[in-house]
Amino acid sequence: MADSPPVLPESRLGSTLRRDSWWVEIIPVVVVLGGFGIYATLRAFEGTYYSWGPYISPFYSPLIDPQHHWWPFSPALLILLGPLGFRATCYYYRKAYYRAFFLDPPACAVGEPANRKYRGETAFPFILQNVHRYFLYLAVLFLIFLWKDAFRSFFFDSRFGVGVGSIVLTLNVALLTLYTFSCHSLRHLAGGKLDCFSCASFGRARFSTWRGVSLLNERHMLFAWSSLISVGFADFYVRMVACGAIHDLRLL
Amino acid sequence: MMKEATLRVFRGDSKGGQTVDYRVPIAPGMVVLDALHYIQGHLAPDLAVRWNCKAGKCGSCSAEVNGRPRLTCKTRMDDLPVDQPITVLPMKSFPRIKDLVTDVSWNYRVNRKIPAFEPRPGVEWKISQLDVDRVQEFRKCIECFLCQNVCHVLREHDKMEQFAGPRFFVRIAGLEMHPLDGRDRAGLLKDQLGIGFCNITKCCTEVCPEEIRITDNAIIPLKERVVDEFYDPLTMLFRKFRGDKVQSV
Amino acid sequence: MTANYETREHDVLIIGAGGAGLRAALEALAQGASVGVVCKSLLGKAHTVMAEGGIAAAMANVDPADNWKTHFRDTMRGGKFLNNWRMAQLHAQEAPDRVRELEQWGALFDRTEDGAILQRAFGGHTFKRLCHVGDRTGLEMIRTLQDRGVHQGIDVYMECTVTRLLTDGGRVAGAFAYWRETGRLIVFKAKSIVIATGGIGKAWRVTSNSWEYTGDGMALACEAGAELMDMEFVQFHPTGMVWPPGVQGILVTEAVRGEGGILRNKVGERFMERYDPKRMELSTRDVVARSIYTEVKEGRGTEHGGAYLDISHKPAEYVKKKLPSMYHQFKELADVDITKGPMEVGPTCHYMMGGVRVDAETAQSTVPGLFAAGEAAAGLHGSNRLGGNSLSDLLVFGRRAGLAAADHAKRVAAPSLDNAQIEQAEKELLAPFSNTGTESPYAVHRDLQEVMQNLVGIYRTQEDLKKALLDLEKLKARAAKASVEGSRLFNPGWHLSYDLKSMLIVSEAVTLSALARTESRGAHSRIDYPNADPVWEKKNNIIVHEGGEMKRRESPVPEMPPDLKQILAEDKA
Ligand SMILES: Cc1cc2nc3c(=O)[nH]c(=O)nc-3n(C[C@H](O)[C@H](O)[C@H](O)COP(=O)(O)OP(=O)(O)OC[C@H]3O[C@@H](n4cnc5c(N)ncnc54)[C@H](O)[C@@H]3O)c2cc1C
Ligand code: SF4
Ligand code: SF4
Ligand code: FES
Ligand code: FES
Repeated sequence: MADSPPVLPESRLGSTLRRDSWWVEIIPVVVVLGGFGIYATLRAFEGTYYSWGPYISPFYSPLIDPQHHWWPFSPALLILLGPLGFRATCYYYRKAYYRAFFLDPPACAVGEPANRKYRGETAFPFILQNVHRYFLYLAVLFLIFLWKDAFRSFFFDSRFGVGVGSIVLTLNVALLTLYTFSCHSLRHLAGGKLDCFSCASFGRARFSTWRGVSLLNERHMLFAWSSLISVGFADFYVRMVACGAIHDLRLL
Repeated sequence: MMKEATLRVFRGDSKGGQTVDYRVPIAPGMVVLDALHYIQGHLAPDLAVRWNCKAGKCGSCSAEVNGRPRLTCKTRMDDLPVDQPITVLPMKSFPRIKDLVTDVSWNYRVNRKIPAFEPRPGVEWKISQLDVDRVQEFRKCIECFLCQNVCHVLREHDKMEQFAGPRFFVRIAGLEMHPLDGRDRAGLLKDQLGIGFCNITKCCTEVCPEEIRITDNAIIPLKERVVDEFYDPLTMLFRKFRGDKVQSV
Repeated sequence: MTANYETREHDVLIIGAGGAGLRAALEALAQGASVGVVCKSLLGKAHTVMAEGGIAAAMANVDPADNWKTHFRDTMRGGKFLNNWRMAQLHAQEAPDRVRELEQWGALFDRTEDGAILQRAFGGHTFKRLCHVGDRTGLEMIRTLQDRGVHQGIDVYMECTVTRLLTDGGRVAGAFAYWRETGRLIVFKAKSIVIATGGIGKAWRVTSNSWEYTGDGMALACEAGAELMDMEFVQFHPTGMVWPPGVQGILVTEAVRGEGGILRNKVGERFMERYDPKRMELSTRDVVARSIYTEVKEGRGTEHGGAYLDISHKPAEYVKKKLPSMYHQFKELADVDITKGPMEVGPTCHYMMGGVRVDAETAQSTVPGLFAAGEAAAGLHGSNRLGGNSLSDLLVFGRRAGLAAADHAKRVAAPSLDNAQIEQAEKELLAPFSNTGTESPYAVHRDLQEVMQNLVGIYRTQEDLKKALLDLEKLKARAAKASVEGSRLFNPGWHLSYDLKSMLIVSEAVTLSALARTESRGAHSRIDYPNADPVWEKKNNIIVHEGGEMKRRESPVPEMPPDLKQILAEDKA
């Protein structure tokens, strides 16, 4: 019955009695999100090497004013705002970056930096997260263009063919679609907002849609990461082919 | 020789205290609460612990085992490393009373703020299982308050006055999505219960012993409902046209 | 030293915040009474929260042939006709309304295809009758009542233990209690008091009951002059967990059998074929418990001394949906996946059929102004309770008790409190702090549990019971000397020393009654008197506290009117 040292230190960053390495959770987030951020910024400002043959980079599609008639900067800057807003206000990414970048909290039952004013999403800027569904509408619009791009990527000089790029672009838009259709806001709009499925008009149909979206939604985090990586890779691939660093392999 | 473990248990009250080490023999299938009972029965008869069912059904025995908020009656000793002392501390977010017992009365006060179930006028008491399934998840809550304890809004930022905490979002989700309930609690959620303070970082979901998907299934859908009523110009306009009465409570 | 306590006044004071207590509180409140509810643990943690299988009510949603008469007949048969017929009748008639009421207060039961409340089969019930929510029906019930109560304005005194009832010339006047948190004292003044304190299982070693089940209410009532009845009838639930040791006794809901679970012994034989070929696993609890016990005694038990209960022939998804907490309980506590393999189960002390003797209509005890409902009251279940009949009992008689208590409070003048009683209660409560010996309340409790487990268990003999009485005397002497360490601040050792006193009182009542009943009936099985005795079918055992001593009397079972006899005679199946 020996007395042992004091209990829990005062709340400060990282104070915890957890025995596991809680920080391993946030490291990949910092690395991947941070890396992607840097890459995307560089690419957005680059303003070139965004298309080759039937391929167009998802960062630049739909291509707006490439000849700089009224928009003097890289066309990607116009496009990327949409996906950026969508992901930045995404319920999943919010969790990821609040934890990894704002340390709010760094991990469960782990101390935060002391003496900070916390207002969560009740005040500017984070109160803006509430517009997420408008970015969702935008994202659906983008998907239409990206599917069109993917479709086009199978036609080389108007003849059907399959290149590695076609597959990369198609896979990417498929993952983006899964990500978009597993969105929490969509889940709400599809039927989650109803209190009584069996009393609403088209209740059964909305119940089925809601259940479908819910099933996808359970894997939202998976789709968030895989589509982030795929979109980055798709752009990277197109860039590499466009600048001639690699040669697109024709499979068919 | 029988296997033994060392439990490092907080002993003290609101004024302060320290941890004390106790040696406890381990039996197969033993849980931390059994170990605490052993201490009570043999080493420290006045060790204060709350418990009732010892079967994970009542939510009384919450504490922090090795820094993790847990039900002590569902934490198996053989899942813990016994080569080091096992720390057992009271829940951090609530005022200490004695040893592992904390003052959770704040939760009961918050509960009072939530308007009870009120059926829509003239409902027929026929309910479809399809509508019940979603709500039953929320009704599983055993009020262990572990989610309240781990939520950083309460744990680190002490927003007891402005914020109701995950447990009560679960309760409200159960009322709001009750197929026959006629009340609207979105205004209350936004203004008095501070749902905006939740930054959906999901610690509540991680600790919930009932495996309620608190953040995904209760909080986010409620946030979306608040958006419908207060932030989305289109739905707000639509509601006005339809003449929905927004009876905030 | 009298100013050591605070005083609160209510028209109706309810001791216990389980289903019975909360339902009583809601009813008394609806009658306009000022209501206080006292409970030993936090609100919402009472035993009712643990109830799993369901509420029995003849709603006929699944089996249209069901009606109150069949429910009445099942209840009387299950109790081997020792039940108070009027209680059984009221219970069967009113239960469906009480369940509907819960639904109107927000409870969400599992549903049938056409949107009505779904009902499942249970032991001893002719039809599918148990309204349920998966296997957490009690949680749904207590939460519904609790939330309604909070909003209707009940004053709840949580973590506050009543240790004595105060009387004023033969009627109740209030209650003396202490706050568990601080150890401070509190005196309640009330015109009516409802005892809804639940059962006594903690006096046995293997039990499904929590620390709260120490029989306080029965002991309090008995000391205040009320009569206890049917104390020999302690229900051993056939299926408690048996392994690992830490979880021994934790309940495995009867719903497992209701959903089709099969019992087998070591050699794979479905042994219920031998004991009750007609009802098999869904026989009444006394029969199934004895069957398992016998199998084990005769060497056909499992590795850890139980029987196998198997539900794995049902689809895994179905099991997880219908029995979620059983699935988790076994997975987490015993490393058994019940969708893949059998559980090991054995009898566990579960429910007290006996308790405070009450009037059927009003739930009033033999002391004016003192009411009792729920598990703490006797009469409805006779010698054996059917599964699901407790939750309905809580609602039906909780409501009746609340109604009558409020009514009584309206009719009588305020009682006056007797300082001498309060001082006496305080002295008694604080005595363990001034005891100097080394006797530990925990040690006395462990020994009490051994005595009751070994000598007053499923099978009883005269010899064992006599020995138990002697042992109880010794334990009483030890308990009186038990001392506690530490301060009055949340001190479990001290808390236990009071609980011990209650346990000893009810244990003695059980043993005395069991010794007297020289027959086997329902949950009471005497090896030396293995058959039912028609003479004892007409008698209830009554326990009273007189002149500082416990006395036993017999009282005739009330005669049933002919129309009800007719119902029992129908369908002699
Ligand atoms: C595991 C389990 C499963 C069950 N399943 C079912 C089922 O499926 N169907 C069914 O019908 N029945 C079931 N039962 C039985 C049923 O749950 C109980 O009989 C019933 O809940 C008792 O309710 P009650 O209101 O009488 O008392 P409880 O709910 O036990 O409440 C007792 C209250 O009294 C308080 N109290 C006690 N002593 C004092 C004191 N001295 N001072 C102040 N307060 C005090 C306690 O704090 C508590 O609040 C089950 C029981 C168990 C243990
Ligand atoms: S998700 Fe919200 S409520 Fe849950 S712990 Fe995190 S901040 Fe608290
Ligand atoms: S939601 Fe889960 S963690 Fe929170 S109180 Fe309820 S059961 Fe406990
Ligand atoms: S929630 Fe992640 S995209 Fe909408
Ligand atoms: S004691 Fe009931 S949940 Fe642990």
